[in-house]
Amino acid sequence: MLELVHFQVLSAALFSLGIFGVLARRSAVMVLISIELMLNAVNVNLVGIAAFSDRAADVRVFGQILVVFIITIAAAEIGLALAIVLRVFRNRGSANVDELNVMKW
Amino acid sequence: MTAQLVVFYLLAAITVLSSLGVILTRNVVHAAFMLLVALLAVAGIFLVAVAEFLALAQILIYGGAVTVVVLFAIMLTRSDEQPRADHSQWPVAALASVGVFALLVAAFVATDVASLDEATNVGTGTETGFEALGLGLFTDWAIPFEVASLILLVALIGAILLARNVEEGE
Repeated sequence: MLELVHFQVLSAALFSLGIFGVLARRSAVMVLISIELMLNAVNVNLVGIAAFSDRAADVRVFGQILVVFIITIAAAEIGLALAIVLRVFRNRGSANVDELNVMKW
Repeated sequence: MTAQLVVFYLLAAITVLSSLGVILTRNVVHAAFMLLVALLAVAGIFLVAVAEFLALAQILIYGGAVTVVVLFAIMLTRSDEQPRADHSQWPVAALASVGVFALLVAAFVATDVASLDEATNVGTGTETGFEALGLGLFTDWAIPFEVASLILLVALIGAILLARNVEEGE
């Protein structure tokens, strides 16, 4: 029997894999890819809760509506962030996050 | 109902394994393609949870747009040297990741779902399809929806401004 906790554990696994990627990878593009993984973890969680809630249909669908907004913001975020990475690469010749330390005191 | 469970486990295994591949591979292009596999498997999981529209949007936006944009960024920021893939502090990152996973799972297991008036069955009301989603989006959530489209427009203009060549632009 499929239960809510299945979705939640999958979501937790995706989220922690994304955390590892954000903290451990050097390439800025890889950090952004890991952020996409974390956003998807949140989406899985919301969809699971929307599917399992016992409320009326017009209340339950709020979970899916939130996912629509998250997908929109994620698309805007990845486009903007990759443009910034591109600009950083042109200016500094590297897109590795640990070499971008000009503002480090 | 067990078929549903088998499909879910299959898709979850594909998702987790390809996500592991994404964060562990040294080749950034491989990572982008494994991200595509992971995102498509998540679309399948949306289908299991009776969220057809979100599965379609996931395939269109992530499978189509995001992966292509990421691949473009990888091509344009490729440096010749083969760099180290990880920071030296990756053990700390692994520790943080495992810690967050343990904390989240403990919280999910400890939460009494029944007391939060949740049912134990997927798809108890199958009418949350396109119709309820569209109704919600264009009635209760109309203003956030319009703001989201505005954000997309602003982000697109900002991305174009950031990524173009200043030398020939001025």
